[in-house]
Amino acid sequence: MANFVIVGAGECGARAAFALRGKGFDGTITLIGSEMHLPYERPPLSKDALVAGAGPKLVAEQERYAAARIVVLTRRTVSEIERAGKRIVLSDGTALAYDKLLLATGARPRALPGTPYACGRVVALRSHDDAAAIRAHLVDGSHIAILGGGFIGLELAASARKLGATVTLVEGLPRVLTRGVPAEIAAIVAERHAAEGVEILCGAKVAGVEDLPGEVRIALEDGRVVSANLLIVGIGAVPNTELAEAAGLATENGIAVDGMLRTSDPDIFAAGDCTSYPLPLYGERRIRLESWRNAQEQGQLAAANMLGGAEAHSAVPWFWSDQYDMTLQIAGLADGAATMVRRDMGEGAFILFHLDAEGRLIAASGIGPGNAVARDIRLAEMLIAARIHPDPAELAAPETKLKKLLAA
Amino acid sequence: MSDTWIEVCAADEIDEEDVIRFDHAGRTFAVYRSPEDTYHATDGLCTHEKIHLADGLVMDHVIECPKHNGRFNYKTGEAKGAPVCVDLKTYPVKVESGTVFIGL
Repeated sequence: MANFVIVGAGECGARAAFALRGKGFDGTITLIGSEMHLPYERPPLSKDALVAGAGPKLVAEQERYAAARIVVLTRRTVSEIERAGKRIVLSDGTALAYDKLLLATGARPRALPGTPYACGRVVALRSHDDAAAIRAHLVDGSHIAILGGGFIGLELAASARKLGATVTLVEGLPRVLTRGVPAEIAAIVAERHAAEGVEILCGAKVAGVEDLPGEVRIALEDGRVVSANLLIVGIGAVPNTELAEAAGLATENGIAVDGMLRTSDPDIFAAGDCTSYPLPLYGERRIRLESWRNAQEQGQLAAANMLGGAEAHSAVPWFWSDQYDMTLQIAGLADGAATMVRRDMGEGAFILFHLDAEGRLIAASGIGPGNAVARDIRLAEMLIAARIHPDPAELAAPETKLKKLLAA
Repeated sequence: MSDTWIEVCAADEIDEEDVIRFDHAGRTFAVYRSPEDTYHATDGLCTHEKIHLADGLVMDHVIECPKHNGRFNYKTGEAKGAPVCVDLKTYPVKVESGTVFIGL
């Protein structure tokens, strides 16, 4: 009987495991994770779950793993892949044979260089346990410093404000959300945070951090000092490629796979945050996505291809962020856009459509209260996938149904 | 069948292959018009994270949650796969004299 092993028990690994069984695989499925929890959803960790202090939102309950005959090994890491003998060695010394191996090792928070993690007041957010530790500090009257004005930092700022903490957010670049979010939308997000009482310091470079008993001090290059009860570092993520590298697999800003998510070893696949892959929609450009939906989709696709499928990953990149009552959604990759078309949808909601020099729709970025932009962003995603060259006037007119452009 | 028929809206207030939200007696529903011009109703909130499905996209006989893309067949309530695994409850619908009613 065939043994399929999945390294990494996050969203991606869990989806792959269920997809294998769902597609009729009858062999052994072993899912290995380093945390104590069953696979859980990470997006709520910076949002509702943090505010509520909720337990992990499991991808599936224990009974579903049992019913699908998926063996989940928690609290274990993989120390080595022995490709020649097709087996892996676990941190507890046991070895496990595989016929096909999926690496879904994810990413970890990028550390601040030279930061002394001395007294536990400098933290990052990746896991449920990280969130629980952060939450203990988010009380009325505490002062939280956040380094990094990306999705994680801003969502944490919103959640911290909801719990009554004072927040100072330090961003080294001139504005927040520089990666992948248009300036118009970033400005709205920043304004809203300011209105909610978040102090945002842009263009603020960190000169040094002191992790002291009772406080953490962040010295900025311009001489200012931010003193806080906790510093949360949210300056991006680093793909977990060490295991693949040690095994001699090709890496390139992630474990390098082809469109079918195969690594340079035909029996080893990789998917999710740890993986870089070529995207045909954007000229085979190699990208790595840190996104919940990508983790799901690639997990499922890897499962299909481990079973002999030959389908290439072609999904349009898609992200979302919730902050206060606003939702931001982005489909596609906007860099490379030549023109931008704005569609106003009422109640402050709008979408920016990004077209390349030939007029092809390559991305759409929207923001608004609740799910005001969701439907049109979803349709934009389909228009992007269809490589449509829409009439900018129609995109701009809210009365034009995007579904009609899709049918055209 | 159902005990009570509650008036939802005029039949032409829902576009073909579209959905509206309908709130009644503290509950929320999603009422659909299919491409074949039939009408259907389900619970209004996604079974994954309680998001209003009426903000989502209807494609053929599928409603897709606006937040996390969970998909359901709105005629049967069947969850179509990750991230949703719990089916939606459906309700009978009838159209009389150009008005849509939901059976509760």
